[in-house]
Amino acid sequence: MSPLLDIRGLDVDFDGRPAVRDVHLTLDRGEVLGLVGESGSGKSATALAVLGLLPGNAVTRGSVRLEGTELLGAGERELTRIRGSRVSMVFQDPLSAFTPVYRIGDQIAEAVRAHRDVGRERARERAVELLDLVGIPEPALRARAFPHEFSGGMRQRAMIAMALADDPDLILADEPTTALDVTIQAQILDVLRTARRETGAALLLVSHDLGVIAGMADRVAVMRDGRVVEQGPAREVFHRPREPYTRQLLAAVPRIDTPRRTARADGEPVLRVRGLTRTFPVLQGSVVRRRTGTVYAADGVDLDIRRGETLALVGESGSGKSTTLFELLELAQPEAGTVELFGQRPGTLTKAETRALRRRVQIVFQDPMASLDPRMPVGDIIAEPLRTQGAGKAVIGRRVPELLTRVGLDPAHADRYPHEFSGGQRQRIGIARALSVEPELLVLDEPVSALDVSVQAEVLDLLRRLKEELGLAYLFVSHDLAVVRNIADRVSVMYLGRTVEAGPVDEVFARPRHPYTQALLSAVPVPDPDRERERQGTRILLQGDPPSPTHRYDGCRFRARCPLYPTLAGDEQKRCAHEVPEFEGDGAACHFPRVREVL
Amino acid sequence: MPLYLAKRLGYYAVLLLAAVCLSYLLASLALDPRAYYEGRQPPLSPSAVDHHLTALGLNDHQPLRERFGHWADRALLHGDLGRTIDGTSVNAEFGRRIGVSLRLLLTGTVVGTVAGVLVGAWTAVRQYRFSDRAVTVASFALLSTPVFLLAILLKTGAIWFNQTTGTDLIQFTGEKSVGADGGFWAVLKDRSVHLLLPTVSVVLFTVAGYSRYQRSTMLDVLGSDYLRTARAKGLGRRAVLLRHGLRTALIPMSTYFSYGFLALFTGATFTETIFGWHGMGEWFVNSIGKNDVNSVVAVNIFAAVVVLLSGFLADLLHAALDPRIRQAS
Repeated sequence: MSPLLDIRGLDVDFDGRPAVRDVHLTLDRGEVLGLVGESGSGKSATALAVLGLLPGNAVTRGSVRLEGTELLGAGERELTRIRGSRVSMVFQDPLSAFTPVYRIGDQIAEAVRAHRDVGRERARERAVELLDLVGIPEPALRARAFPHEFSGGMRQRAMIAMALADDPDLILADEPTTALDVTIQAQILDVLRTARRETGAALLLVSHDLGVIAGMADRVAVMRDGRVVEQGPAREVFHRPREPYTRQLLAAVPRIDTPRRTARADGEPVLRVRGLTRTFPVLQGSVVRRRTGTVYAADGVDLDIRRGETLALVGESGSGKSTTLFELLELAQPEAGTVELFGQRPGTLTKAETRALRRRVQIVFQDPMASLDPRMPVGDIIAEPLRTQGAGKAVIGRRVPELLTRVGLDPAHADRYPHEFSGGQRQRIGIARALSVEPELLVLDEPVSALDVSVQAEVLDLLRRLKEELGLAYLFVSHDLAVVRNIADRVSVMYLGRTVEAGPVDEVFARPRHPYTQALLSAVPVPDPDRERERQGTRILLQGDPPSPTHRYDGCRFRARCPLYPTLAGDEQKRCAHEVPEFEGDGAACHFPRVREVL
Repeated sequence: MPLYLAKRLGYYAVLLLAAVCLSYLLASLALDPRAYYEGRQPPLSPSAVDHHLTALGLNDHQPLRERFGHWADRALLHGDLGRTIDGTSVNAEFGRRIGVSLRLLLTGTVVGTVAGVLVGAWTAVRQYRFSDRAVTVASFALLSTPVFLLAILLKTGAIWFNQTTGTDLIQFTGEKSVGADGGFWAVLKDRSVHLLLPTVSVVLFTVAGYSRYQRSTMLDVLGSDYLRTARAKGLGRRAVLLRHGLRTALIPMSTYFSYGFLALFTGATFTETIFGWHGMGEWFVNSIGKNDVNSVVAVNIFAAVVVLLSGFLADLLHAALDPRIRQAS
């Protein structure tokens, strides 16, 4: 039997530059093919080429056959008939993938009507059925919502609903969960499985995340620099990779299930935070602005870091990680709660003392491109904090080459500009800048989340080495729990502005006690097809999205989504509803903590 | 939403009041109606000048505060904007002139706006092709041509056309032929012929302007993810470009449309003068020349009202086009 999709010798050029080279892929009916690779490997271009959706500056050669019909070079009319009908697509960023001015239901109904000769009413009904299928609560009501009224996860569900509109034979999913938080990612992957079950469609899943691929794919193709370097059944590629590149990739992926020797630090405390709170007003009105509400961005954060220790602050978007971090760097009196840095209380210090304290705490930002001034040579970028602290020319002349060498860059490149460096090198420059004034606490705000895994591994190695050599302490903010297990000694988990669990990383990951931590860890996919299939049966799927931070909730704020809560007795539930679970230092902020192993 | 609009209207009322006071003060301080009467030939006696000025409420021997008080009492409470310096009713002049400006500009503005949007969207789709470049060059050439030059070129062209064809098919002076009469269709034809050249000139400028804005907003939308989604679900090219592309690219245009509406009522001074139409633009310039305070103030107030209405219209249009705005307010 001929395959459903047969890609032979596919080449894609963008403005004459090769993006895809000689790609051969086949996909049988009902099969899931995982297409994995780092950024720029050509995986998305391959998927888009199937439906002729590449931008105008792309040129394609080769052959793409759908059950024998050639799609490459097919007329627009022919492609229009196939798109959304026999082959449909799910894109990465659900925020911008819907036209902002039409209702979600209408946009799905439009997809129905594009291929079926049905009336407006019938198409609307079908849209509601589809929304129901992908697990949107109150689908008839939500179909009337506009895209901006949906959360990221809901939009991605709607996107899948749209892809199912005409019962496709093949779904192309291009990084469908990359923009989402890990618990939402678990929900969406589950929806994709449902979608496949309902339609029996084959799935081409494009992702950079080996864990996602391991959990979904029957077969895997690994791409690098536009070429498929290895292709085979998932278990074989993951367990017995033949190509050195695949082995290298698998080795570089940080894994959440691998214990690591962590440092038991007993140095003096560097940072101690108790009950930190930061609220923001919600303002309305154009001429007279008045406060109509409050965002409780951080509402009870506890942190402890000792010298020589890495504390990871983890949580999903909106959990208050960044607020906490910037509140600490403000070096001002917090709204409520206490902050102690090196035994001093910011806000009670003189100007000179604050300045001295600022030197001891430095930050490395997430986006290495946006955080470096594009018009400054990197030597000047690194020297700037030194100048601010009043260092002389001689000191700067000595320190800059020294710092560049320390982070693994060539000191001769000090007069180059940021755009002349790769992403990983730029992050090294950011680290050198932070280190220039010899800080003792380094705040790292998602330092590797913009980087590909192999580069990520190098930067993490560098950070580990620097910590040893310089005796630093790290506050490592991340949403990526696998990276956290790889680098952190201790971990602190936040949910909706509050710390819910903290402790040594191995203890928390192996024996999480807070139901949220359990759900979070359970949602992280592992790059191992066998283990992923095992875990799928026991995965904790949280319902819905985190609630709005514009309320202060009575009792436990995780209650509404807590998998444990419904199983509790009446008076136990009452306790969760009215009493805020207290938490001090290490432990879990839960009234009924029960260890549950999820890895 | 209604509450939001009501609030908006409230702000506008306050702004309008400020505009009224300011324009009266400015016109009274800057213009000198006494000079207009004193310069009359044959000369008027000083008492006659005073008499005229007092009748108009413009006698500068009276304190400005009192003059403004009288004027405001009449204008704001009774809707009577006074008399022009030649003694005719400002209100009557007003009504006539607005009609003239509207008749002159309405067709051109509407045709030009629609065409500008379409041309802009079309050139965006054909970015950097020959047609796009040609339209871009033509638009910038037009936009940098002074109105009077274009109008004179159009006139010259019309004269040449009339001479070569040996007819007087194209008329370009005034609104209608002197003594033209006949049935409805004859009058309509006569007026249309007179309207031809001014309309062409208005259309050309409007298209040149709008097509630039529309091209850039459309280009933003053409690269968007949701257009790719629309294609991926199997919509035809036309539906993708019009229903998802142009529809969204119109949102930022709503502001420009509203202020185009402003020009419609406040007139086009050069176009009116060159083609011999006696509209709002001409009136404004003439009354400044004659030191006619009451007329200048009237035109200013009217402009202020139209500016605020345009802003209001822009808000309404924006809200109508964009659900995100509707819900935010």
